[in-house]
Amino acid sequence: MLDRNGIAQRIAQELQNGWYVNLGIGIPTLVANYIPQGISVEFQSENGLLGMGPFPYDGEEDADLINAGKQTVTMLPGGSIFDSAMSFAMIRGKHVQLTVLGAMEVSDQGDIANWKIPGKMVKGMGGAMDLVASADNIIVAMSHTNRKGQSKLLRQCTLPLTGVKCVKKIVTNMAVLDVTPQGFKLLERAPGVSVEDIKNATEGRLIVEGDIPEMKF
Amino acid sequence: MNKVVKNAQEGIAGLKDGMTLMVGGFGLCGIPENCISALVELKAKNLTCISNNAGVDGFGLGLLLQEKQIKKMISSYVGENDEFERQMLSGELEVDLIPQGSLAERCRAGGAGIPAFFTPAGYGTEVAMGKEVRFFDGKPHILESALHADYALIKAWKGDRFGNLIFKGTARNFNPVMAMAGKITVVEVEHLVEPEELDPNSIHIPGVFVQRIFQGSNYEKRIEQRTVREKV
Repeated sequence: MLDRNGIAQRIAQELQNGWYVNLGIGIPTLVANYIPQGISVEFQSENGLLGMGPFPYDGEEDADLINAGKQTVTMLPGGSIFDSAMSFAMIRGKHVQLTVLGAMEVSDQGDIANWKIPGKMVKGMGGAMDLVASADNIIVAMSHTNRKGQSKLLRQCTLPLTGVKCVKKIVTNMAVLDVTPQGFKLLERAPGVSVEDIKNATEGRLIVEGDIPEMKF
Repeated sequence: MNKVVKNAQEGIAGLKDGMTLMVGGFGLCGIPENCISALVELKAKNLTCISNNAGVDGFGLGLLLQEKQIKKMISSYVGENDEFERQMLSGELEVDLIPQGSLAERCRAGGAGIPAFFTPAGYGTEVAMGKEVRFFDGKPHILESALHADYALIKAWKGDRFGNLIFKGTARNFNPVMAMAGKITVVEVEHLVEPEELDPNSIHIPGVFVQRIFQGSNYEKRIEQRTVREKV
């Protein structure tokens, strides 16, 4: 089974040269630590910057330079700053090639729920609904099951939706799966995880064809 | 042309109970600190605030929440604020949550004279409830309407007496689109400069959108999440 960093590292293998990428809060943020050699991407933060760099050195933080998680960040050469409307114009207009975000539930048709749990304090969807409704390429980074051990890959989402039929790929601590019209298609297993383990942890329709290789790092 | 007023008190003069305000900023970055303090002093009540976030306890819009001056918040994300949570759960505070991109575009549309627009964001979710759905290129979109405000409270880095504005870093965020959508747009700047000092090619928001501008003071610029790396 993978830890959070392992999930991020596997997702980083999906990055393609020249892509603009939006990383959500949590595991997705860690993807920036594992960009493969020879691949050049620019990170977009929806509060209004492209070319986001690493955290600043201690003492060099700038209150006027934060990411969408409100963390102090830096800019890399070639970066740019813009307002919120333009930021979402580039998201809605499909100029950002990849969105990576976390989820509480994903259905086997690609529906995603990640913003609201009935009965709990609702903090809001932030930019998640705009991001999932527009990006052509959405990868969900999450654990395969929740804290109670229940599957987060479902036939139907039970929580209020963030978007419908939008998730294309899921990387969990157990597996890499594509979302197809017929359901979750198993592509790879995490080290030490069997197809049987994945079947048991997946509530939605699961397609297993031939030998399923183990993830390579 | 001279839109300069003395301070935040003069900036928000005429602001009354029950009005709708837009307040720039993302988290605590680029918020109009001086105008918010003046609003607390003014004790205006029953306000509707359109702002991406709602500040934190004791800072930003949290100061207005503490004094129970806000009746309704229109935001995309409102975490990190216990008093907000208390008022929301007790029903004292009305909250309308809007996808962030739709919030930005609704402000922009308000300032640009576009009454409504179709967007894919929120289709199939509770955000779409009661909204018109239309298909374009085979994809469903929902109709979102423009937002307007009686006062837009804006923070910029530099400005001149004509109201021309330049923002700095990610403190820009919602400030430009909200500056466009206020009936009275009040701007506080870190540097009020002579018009010759601003390159017309570098203006982010032309003065036409601004009614009042003043030299701000005592900026705290609190950082919400101080994240750093060690020097090796």
